[in-house]
Amino acid sequence: MSTTVRTRERTVSPSRRLRALGREQLPTRAIAGRSLLYAILIVLAMIYIAPFLIQVATSFKTDGDAASNPMSLLPQTWSTAAYERLFLNSDFPVWFQNSAIVTVFVTLGRVFFNSLAGYALARLHFRGRTVIFALLIAVMSVPGVVLLIPKFLVINQLGIYDTYVAMIVPLLTDAAGVFIMKNFFESIPASVEEQARIDGASTFRVFWSIVLPMARPALVTIIILSFQGSWNELSHFIVATQSPELTTLTKGVASLASGQLSQGTQYPLKLAAAAIMTIPVAVMFFIFQKRIMNTTDGAVKE
Amino acid sequence: MSTPARTARRSNIRGGETASGWLFTAPMIILLGLFLVIPVLMALWVSFSDWNGRGSPFSGTVSFVGLDNYSALVGGGGLAEQDFGTALRNNAWYVLLVVPTQTMLSLLLAVLVNRQILRGRGFFRTAFYFPSVTSSVAITVLWLFLFSASGAVNKLLAFIGVNGPNWFNDPSGVLHNILGAFGVETGPAALTGNTFLGISFWEWLAGPSVAMSAFILMAVFTTSGTFMLLFIAALQNLSGDVVEAAMMDGANGWQRFWRVTLPQLRPTLFTVLTLGLIGAWQVFDQIYTGTQGGPGKTTLTPAYLSYQAAFTNQAWGQGAAIAFILFVIIVAFTLFQRALLAERKVSNRRMRPYLQSPTSGGSK
Repeated sequence: MSTTVRTRERTVSPSRRLRALGREQLPTRAIAGRSLLYAILIVLAMIYIAPFLIQVATSFKTDGDAASNPMSLLPQTWSTAAYERLFLNSDFPVWFQNSAIVTVFVTLGRVFFNSLAGYALARLHFRGRTVIFALLIAVMSVPGVVLLIPKFLVINQLGIYDTYVAMIVPLLTDAAGVFIMKNFFESIPASVEEQARIDGASTFRVFWSIVLPMARPALVTIIILSFQGSWNELSHFIVATQSPELTTLTKGVASLASGQLSQGTQYPLKLAAAAIMTIPVAVMFFIFQKRIMNTTDGAVKE
Repeated sequence: MSTPARTARRSNIRGGETASGWLFTAPMIILLGLFLVIPVLMALWVSFSDWNGRGSPFSGTVSFVGLDNYSALVGGGGLAEQDFGTALRNNAWYVLLVVPTQTMLSLLLAVLVNRQILRGRGFFRTAFYFPSVTSSVAITVLWLFLFSASGAVNKLLAFIGVNGPNWFNDPSGVLHNILGAFGVETGPAALTGNTFLGISFWEWLAGPSVAMSAFILMAVFTTSGTFMLLFIAALQNLSGDVVEAAMMDGANGWQRFWRVTLPQLRPTLFTVLTLGLIGAWQVFDQIYTGTQGGPGKTTLTPAYLSYQAAFTNQAWGQGAAIAFILFVIIVAFTLFQRALLAERKVSNRRMRPYLQSPTSGGSK
């Protein structure tokens, strides 16, 4: 109510007096406002963080403790049984290894192929470039979940079902990544490359030793996205493999969740598995935190 | 983009660009063609066939069945139609609740965290964004624990005297429950008697099940951080001048946000809504990990149903048909969004004089 009165007052009174008025009122209002802001932020932050704290705490609890004290952040008795079980007495290490293998290859592949194609689409003048780019845009709009059955069909048809090839090769490039690289290359000046060209360097040499080193900021974006994407990928591995030796973390932990390997709930075990699975992406996140937080559109702009 | 003169100069320096151009893009063309374009075409064929998963879908034993797979889904009157209708209903409620909530929450978080004079800005941003980097599988496992019958969420609810539901095992619809609290147990005959896609209108209006609500909360929890970053980026690109001018004109914080900041955020707002819609129609990982469609099929989604039809029930044609219908739904929503965006641009321009009216009003 007070605000409406004040606004009306402001529209009639000269603006200079108004500002003086506003400044006088600031302290008390500002302090109240500031405290409210921090209170809201702290409550929200607690809601966002608490689940992960509970997760880590519970992974060190015994089954009974986890069931009876689901909220406590300190286990009654510290137990590493869940971790021992996972690492010494289950397929968990195999899952971890498979996820790591896939992630490394996919990330390397995407860095190379995305920048190669992005460079060509941004800088090289050749017939068919516009058509390729139009197709790329079309492909980008296909939602991933729709591809479950199609991917299985082609993998099956090629005879690579249930192999590392089927897990890795289809993920080696992604339309969005090519798009990011293309945008980046368009944003940097062409003069340096042109100089090298005049000096007689081949197109690939210009790309490899001049352009790629300049593209570091965009490449970091590609690394973050593909690391996170392939580490967290589930549906592709569901349709590409079936044997236990090729199970990735996502697939393995999902099977844990639906009750394999256990009688009863076994929450500490499941939560420990989920927590370990989160560590690599969390590490990645904290390494590149500044970049992720400050420059969502940075790949395009820097 | 480049002037004719520049192009000519360039092509003088660069010989053989056609060859390297194709060579550079070849890996991408082959990979995307082989694992995206061709598969989609193959699946399109399968959706018109009676392939049962044995042998090649192109062998002589597989025959063309026309639109049979599609018509079984949208008018067959059988279980397939009922399941498809149920899945669409579940996902529609999910979209309806997730998209606006995540958009509003992420905008709120961005505005709160974007203050220049805020201590612990980095900490808050990290806290809000962190759920977005974790995998959907890990989050689902955590959610199953938090929302179990005697889990942390129900313990928390008990503190404030609420008897929490058995979340992931409760198939009752939230809206039905609310109506039930007012003594409405069955719907009017007009709603219960008529059906659409195999389920009655009364069932369409059940709302998300309690189990689905837990997934809705999870989606909001995991996506709001990503969208918050988009909003922060957009907020930082706004020039302070306009807000300052509004401040001079005596607009209070609330007015400045609604009348000055928000209209300028419109492009980002629509990006977030579009991305949110596309994502929310593709619920799969959570269902696969958590509930497999249960309880009572109330967390079944088209994406999961498509997977289940093909890989579990070997009804590949039907699975592919569901995927294509989902594809059409997503494309339709995206186009609808775009049309809306185009329209907003015009009205934005039309609104400009009104946005500045406090200035002219004040000087008069």
